[in-house]
Amino acid sequence: MSLDKDTVEKIAHLARLQLNEQELQAYTDSLSQILGLIEQMNAVDTTGVAPMAHPQDTVLRLREDRIEETDQREKFQRISPATEAGLYLVPKVIE
Amino acid sequence: MKWEPVIGLEVHAQLLTKSKIFSAASTRYGAAPNTQACAVDIGLPGVLPVMNIEAARMAVKLGLAIGATINRQSVFARKNYFYPDLPKGYQISQYELPVVEQGHLTIEVDGREKTVGITRAHLEEDAGKSLHEDFHGMTGIDLNRASTPLLEIVSEPDMRSAKEAVAYLKKLHELVRYLEICDGNMQEGSFRCDANVSVRPKGREQLGTRSELKNINSFKFIDKAIDYEIERQIDVLEGGGKVVQETRLYDAAKGVTRPMRSKEEANDYRYFPDPDLPPLVLDDAFIEDVRKTLPELPEAKRARFVQDYGLSAYDAGVLTSTREMADYYEQAVEAANADPKLVANWVIGDLSGYLNKENKEIADSPITVEMLAGLIRRIADKTISGKIAKDVFDAMWNEQGDADTIIENKGLRQITDEGAIEKLIDEVLANSPTQVEQYKSGQEKVFGYFVGRVMKASKGKANPQQVNKILKAKLPG
Repeated sequence: MSLDKDTVEKIAHLARLQLNEQELQAYTDSLSQILGLIEQMNAVDTTGVAPMAHPQDTVLRLREDRIEETDQREKFQRISPATEAGLYLVPKVIE
Repeated sequence: MKWEPVIGLEVHAQLLTKSKIFSAASTRYGAAPNTQACAVDIGLPGVLPVMNIEAARMAVKLGLAIGATINRQSVFARKNYFYPDLPKGYQISQYELPVVEQGHLTIEVDGREKTVGITRAHLEEDAGKSLHEDFHGMTGIDLNRASTPLLEIVSEPDMRSAKEAVAYLKKLHELVRYLEICDGNMQEGSFRCDANVSVRPKGREQLGTRSELKNINSFKFIDKAIDYEIERQIDVLEGGGKVVQETRLYDAAKGVTRPMRSKEEANDYRYFPDPDLPPLVLDDAFIEDVRKTLPELPEAKRARFVQDYGLSAYDAGVLTSTREMADYYEQAVEAANADPKLVANWVIGDLSGYLNKENKEIADSPITVEMLAGLIRRIADKTISGKIAKDVFDAMWNEQGDADTIIENKGLRQITDEGAIEKLIDEVLANSPTQVEQYKSGQEKVFGYFVGRVMKASKGKANPQQVNKILKAKLPG
């Protein structure tokens, strides 16, 4: 199976990645190869094999419902480009 | 053509955990911006989510209460989209394998019962909040709400009118509060509802194209928003047009729905299992432990109130509308040791009236269970009449003490002494010669005048039954 450039462009846009013509071609090729590998795996007969939700055969560890975090806003906001009144400022979002 | 509306609801219930679903930051509402957003919540590199066991318990609790299947294994997935109040670029949710599937709720509309299917309930994290007020042309982001646990409860498209949708929503709202898994506060956004609405020609099996109504955050607006949308779609179809599948916002001020600016490819969320989170596995012991914490549910309580207290179905319904009110009522019946119907009248009537007027919850009532019981005891033992009791109730509400104190201080004790009542009647009759003549000449309606005068002379304290009896005996006739 091979991907066309339009599909790769769409995927790149969804991931907010900007690709030039050269990169677009490179990704189209390598993603197609990945899909090829998956196709090969799909051909294996998996009758009777339970699907895995996670590569490690482990279960979710749960923690008790306790507040253990303290306010570190000042620290976090030191690396933020713009803040005001405790808020992170971002370019205007128009809904 | 006859059209049939088809409605399904998606409810986001914020779970009442102390800490977040994937971090140990507080979920308390109303804190200063970003003071409860830790490194995990703001998506700093290298952090890992660790799931809160209480969120799992609460989801199971709801599942058990709606007779659903609890999946022994459920999976968290990443729902990918970009928005500034979602700093990780994905929301952790459940997609293919939710924790709860296939439950139901029974609603009652116009005296008829109907079962509404619940497709699924899944756990997910909430996003932060964008503040669109002007920050020099920028948007402010508060991430305190980020990673607050939500249970998204998705119904089947089983409802056929706005009325049914409201009944379902109220039922679910009542249930999550009974279960103490969500405070149900719609203003603060802890109970939010989206509605999927479509119409089809009556009798047709196939569903019409639906629109999704967002932002319905008050019971008052739900039926208006849905009714508007039904009418709009019928108008479009009858005008030869086609309904477009889109998300619409309800504008409460104008009473209309309007399309949201369609985000490009907004629905391509590219879900995939979150590699940070292995499957959530719940064993039978866990589920049975949760089952033991289930309270008596509204329907069972209602039936018991009718059976044990001899209340009407209506009264039982009002009293069990919240767990707090039901508890208050039961404690008051026990404390007053009086006719349960009398206690019900006071809780449903005066107490609820005063609470509504001042927009208070029963937990904040200035009149405690013991105070109301004290008042009812004095009505039952005839120390005061029902009418005077209303004045005492008002005084208790205004913090003038308990019933006995107020009755004593204001001298409100009912006059039941025959001699004293007789004296009052004699005075009234002596001062009303004209009316006595009228009565003698057969105008019996003057009787009410005498009763009124006697009651007034006693400042409302004379026992009305005795006044009637003695007055009848004294008047010639």
